[in-house]
Amino acid sequence: MTPVKHYPPKPEKVYFFGTCLIDLFYPEAGLDGIRLLEREGVEVVFPEDQTCCGQPAYTSGYQQEARAVAAAQLDLFPEPWPIVVPSGSCGGMMRTHYPQLFAGTDIEEQANEVAGRVYELTEFLVHACHLKLEDRGAAEKVAMHTSCSARREMGLAETGPALLAQLGEVELVEQARSAECCGFGGTFALRHPEVSAAMVEDKTTAIEKAGAQRFVTSDCGCLMNIAGRFEHQNKAVAGEHIASYLWRRTS
Amino acid sequence: MSMQSSAVQSLGVQTYSPREFHRQAHDALGNPQIRANFRKAMDGLMNKRRDVFGDWDLETLRELGANIRLRALAKLPDLLEQLEANCQANGIKVHWAEDGEQACRIIREICESRDATSVVKGKSMVSEEMHLNAYLEEAGIEALESDLGEYLVQLNEQTPSHIIMPAIHLNTDEISEILHEKTGTERTRDVDTMTAAARSQLRERFMAADVGVSGVNFAVAETGTLCLVENEGNGRMSTTVPPVHVAVTGIEKVVEHLRDVPPLYALLSRSATGQHVTTYFNMISSPRKEGEHDGPKEVHLVLVDNGRSNIYQDNELLDTLRCIRCGACMNHCPVYTRVGGHTYGTTYPGPIGSILSPHLMGLEDTKDLPTASSLCGACGEVCPVKIPIPDLLVRLRRESVGEGRGNVPGAGVKRTRKEVAAWKGFQFMATHPWVWRAGTSVAGKLRALTPSRLGAWTDYRIAAKPAGTTLHALVKRHQASKAQEEKR
Repeated sequence: MTPVKHYPPKPEKVYFFGTCLIDLFYPEAGLDGIRLLEREGVEVVFPEDQTCCGQPAYTSGYQQEARAVAAAQLDLFPEPWPIVVPSGSCGGMMRTHYPQLFAGTDIEEQANEVAGRVYELTEFLVHACHLKLEDRGAAEKVAMHTSCSARREMGLAETGPALLAQLGEVELVEQARSAECCGFGGTFALRHPEVSAAMVEDKTTAIEKAGAQRFVTSDCGCLMNIAGRFEHQNKAVAGEHIASYLWRRTS
Repeated sequence: MSMQSSAVQSLGVQTYSPREFHRQAHDALGNPQIRANFRKAMDGLMNKRRDVFGDWDLETLRELGANIRLRALAKLPDLLEQLEANCQANGIKVHWAEDGEQACRIIREICESRDATSVVKGKSMVSEEMHLNAYLEEAGIEALESDLGEYLVQLNEQTPSHIIMPAIHLNTDEISEILHEKTGTERTRDVDTMTAAARSQLRERFMAADVGVSGVNFAVAETGTLCLVENEGNGRMSTTVPPVHVAVTGIEKVVEHLRDVPPLYALLSRSATGQHVTTYFNMISSPRKEGEHDGPKEVHLVLVDNGRSNIYQDNELLDTLRCIRCGACMNHCPVYTRVGGHTYGTTYPGPIGSILSPHLMGLEDTKDLPTASSLCGACGEVCPVKIPIPDLLVRLRRESVGEGRGNVPGAGVKRTRKEVAAWKGFQFMATHPWVWRAGTSVAGKLRALTPSRLGAWTDYRIAAKPAGTTLHALVKRHQASKAQEEKR
């Protein structure tokens, strides 16, 4: 459980950490996140040398490798601006695990300082930007899948749904066991493919049963998993990153 | 066992091993009955827990629970000595066992010195951990489980699939069949009829037993009191009817003060079964005293280490020992819910089992357990004593691949050259930004060549393809077009 966080007033500038999955597979979602922030009058700085937060190595137990990758990211944010991450998973890694990863090292202080400035995108839009949205899209039933990291590691079960609730034509439908993991879990899906498959099967069934025409999520790992399963089943339920969905319906 | 007459065809002892996690998971996932039994039971338990905590300030209570356990662990060596002294002052004889085998031997010797041939047992997971029943049977001493779930599992020649509800993998029809096959009870779907049948079968056995064995939920150091939480009264029967009572427990179950018990008990019963209070709460503080008419003439306490003091040496792993064995982590685990308890092949299944079993059995046998989690965090979120289970799973993954502190048995067993090379490659890419940009850009350009089959991932999903353009490239384009707009 994340302790109560005090949010800064809307700043002039933020750093944007795009995440490796977005970089490679869903770059539009990253750009849409940047556009949402810019529309609020926030200047977005995208450090070009960013790569990956190091989480895949970290959760696989490869501590030295994770530390080396994470250390390379720490130097990218020299100014005291907030760091916005369009993923609860990578955001949780940076906010919660960077301090653990560097505890007792000579860059511990830097890691703690950077971690304290990390915000997940929907969290930042709601609590720092106080984002107001005007829906221009057609009527649609949508399910939100909040990632486990956003929900439990960062304590952000509410921010995604709060943004969607502002979209007048969108009916947010509640799926059964909405807080349950979709079965992605990074390398878990590869190490335990059958268990992971059983989990994503239940997730797509729940979303479909809820009557959703589309699901949105703030994490591309879940997106890849759930959308990939829907596609494999030839189901018409589409998946989208919440940043793209919000931008598309309000621009 | 006399009850299992040789005429009755045994269903066959089912054995499970953590080494076979993948195969056992495959079998369980393909068994609709197992899937349905666990899903239904876990859904029910999650709802009951949620409802019973209602508008309690659960976070504050969990914090209190965690602190009580942490304080007890911080003073563990002293508290154990205090517990021993106070138990002995109360007339409870205390024994120390370094491992399960020694604990079994102590209990056998207690039985043999009293010419005991039959033992009746209340529920005790430590006794499962040390395989007490099999050990006693071999010594010619019959051990009968008296907890209804344990009784059914024993009749069915299985091991418990859950630490609180040992027979949770069985449904009504299966239980009816077991009672019919093994005890001649008439087949029925009526739960009360079945319970009554088991009750009358067990009742005689309590009366005839020479020794009662139980577990302990909290051992109070300041008073030398053993607390036992239960619902069926079998715990009270096992600890009061036979002339000798042997309580067996792990050394971590000690708490400092009597006042530490109510908060932990409040957390335990609610987290485990969603009950405000259990039907029975036993506080055992001495054998029968002079002039008393009932109670055992002797009470023994066997304190079992079995790897726990090794866990205790490590300031991170130590948190494993906070556990009060409520089972909430398994009830809320999406993996446990789907594969069931037997799949883990360990005494303690689910998340707590995956962080405890490697210490008890070594990582050679249990290396697949710490990875059998999506790190969704549901276990850590519900743990009444706030054990950081996901962090400990990651710590054990680190130990498995040889990047931990090396103090878990079998550390490094999962380290392979191939995997190390892969992660070193990842590290090189991700710490050389220009290599990263070149690599991701090439991956995008070659997206048409991305294989449509990517191992297990694509058995169940269509694989996402690299987008063709990276975010790095999109941002550059975006910034250029903004700059141009500003010029105009």
